Amino acid sequence: MTLPEAPPPVPGLQRAGARLPVDVYTQRLWERRWFVAAYSSASNSVGYEGNFLGQAWQLLTPLLNILVYYLVFGLLLHSNRGVPNYIAFLSVGVFVFAFCTSALTSGSRAITGNLGLVRALQFPRAVLPASTTLVAFLRLLYSLLVLIPIVLISGEPLTWHWLLLLPALALQALFCLGLAFVVARLGARIPDMNEILPFFSRLWMYTSGVMYSVTVFTQGHPGWVSTVMTLNPAYVYLQLARNALLIGNPAPVSTWLTALAWAVGTLVMGYLYFWRGEEEYGNV
Amino acid sequence: MSEILTDASASASPEQTVLVDDVHLTYRVIGGSRRGGAPAALRRMLLREENPGQRSVHAVRGVTLSAFRGEAIGLIGPNGSGKSTLLRAIAGLMAPSQGVVWTRGQASLLGVSAAMMGAMSGEQNIVLGCLAIGMSPAEIAEEYQAIVDFAGIGDFVHLPMNTYSSGMGARLRFAIAAARAPDILLIDEALATGDAQFRRRSEKRILELREQAGTVFLVSHGLGIIRESCTRAIWLEGGQIILDGDSNTVVDAYEDKHDRGARTAPAAKAKDRS
Repeated sequence: MTLPEAPPPVPGLQRAGARLPVDVYTQRLWERRWFVAAYSSASNSVGYEGNFLGQAWQLLTPLLNILVYYLVFGLLLHSNRGVPNYIAFLSVGVFVFAFCTSALTSGSRAITGNLGLVRALQFPRAVLPASTTLVAFLRLLYSLLVLIPIVLISGEPLTWHWLLLLPALALQALFCLGLAFVVARLGARIPDMNEILPFFSRLWMYTSGVMYSVTVFTQGHPGWVSTVMTLNPAYVYLQLARNALLIGNPAPVSTWLTALAWAVGTLVMGYLYFWRGEEEYGNV
Repeated sequence: MSEILTDASASASPEQTVLVDDVHLTYRVIGGSRRGGAPAALRRMLLREENPGQRSVHAVRGVTLSAFRGEAIGLIGPNGSGKSTLLRAIAGLMAPSQGVVWTRGQASLLGVSAAMMGAMSGEQNIVLGCLAIGMSPAEIAEEYQAIVDFAGIGDFVHLPMNTYSSGMGARLRFAIAAARAPDILLIDEALATGDAQFRRRSEKRILELREQAGTVFLVSHGLGIIRESCTRAIWLEGGQIILDGDSNTVVDAYEDKHDRGARTAPAAKAKDRS
């Protein structure tokens, strides 16, 4: 760790494990893109191997989640006030928000869950949070197979607006990647993150309007409540997805700009934050 | 100390590949002894007492060494003497808490402790391992069969790695890491678990790699292997170098201290598990 700038004592020697400059690091990361792809598809299939139903759980879990939330929030608590097509509204919310949660929790274990690799092979560690985020993204794409029929059956028409789902999910993926970089470094440094994150993600879910309409909720509250709640990145991405799939949920240009700002800002800051910790990940 | 070594390498003809300059390594250990359960832990937090669960282990204490192209260096020492930790520092996988490790090119480590991904098949692990060290999919397709053949694990290659015996796991990892001749090869007890046939094959491969690559470091409790395949040996104990020199001289001295019985009984000589 002493003086990375010091010249080598013998020409041609390099400091072992030295963090590369960010441009070279990024290039190395790009060279490992096949590793990211292979790792993601492998761990995606391995994740369910211990179950009888195997990968069917990729679709069953979100379905059961929707059922539970519909019973609790739609039927028991009547959170559906002010929402015309509640089941479709809720489904989009649950599926899209699940991507944020799984990127967060799997990202926090990206380093600690792969110590075997980290302690055995030298590669840019950023491939690990990138892989865990890609796994979460693949699961989101799978869950669209359930989501789209639900939305159609619930009475929403198929329109050209649906194509807006692609840029919306792409921006969300960039945001989640940035988030994964941040929590991967935090999780490597603070093992207690595993205990803290579930509370954070639950709080985040209940404040993001997954199962109720934020517009309706903020009506009786001061203006700043609405501002804070609508700036929440998860809410922004939910809005964009709902705008694409459901009628009567128009997202203004400002929402797209907020989504873009969150995506680029989080990714750049998160990547740099993760890169700065590159040398410490083996010492976990 | 580093100045002396540097001067020596400048005048000598072989190229210097590794310089470990007064390196200390400290592990942070979380867990350890936690007594009294949750109430005691909370009380410690509130009273701002030092958490006995967090300790640090000073595994390597001021090691300085140089290695040159063409050398095969055996690291010997009792368990916990800092051999594996030192290898991780040379591979750049652990940052020293003090001192610097310099290498020429990339050092790559292969060890039994580094389980890859247990839930995935050997096949997947080969592909992942090769991709992680930066091989392209085309290169892997070319090398794949050679790796499987070298590992010699037969149909087990299709099963998850956590169903392997420790010997099979070690063979597969050795085959993956040895697929590409690295500049500096670090081997951590990968040979101790293989059977006699695999041991011969891997010794042959180490010789090949030593010719192609630069330098080989080998950690082993099998003193026989150190004598046979290393040109030089370093005896570590308590995180410090006790003796560094010709492999037979160092192993003899080590046996004199730790393994007197094994010298008189040649059958036990190959395995020293102190």
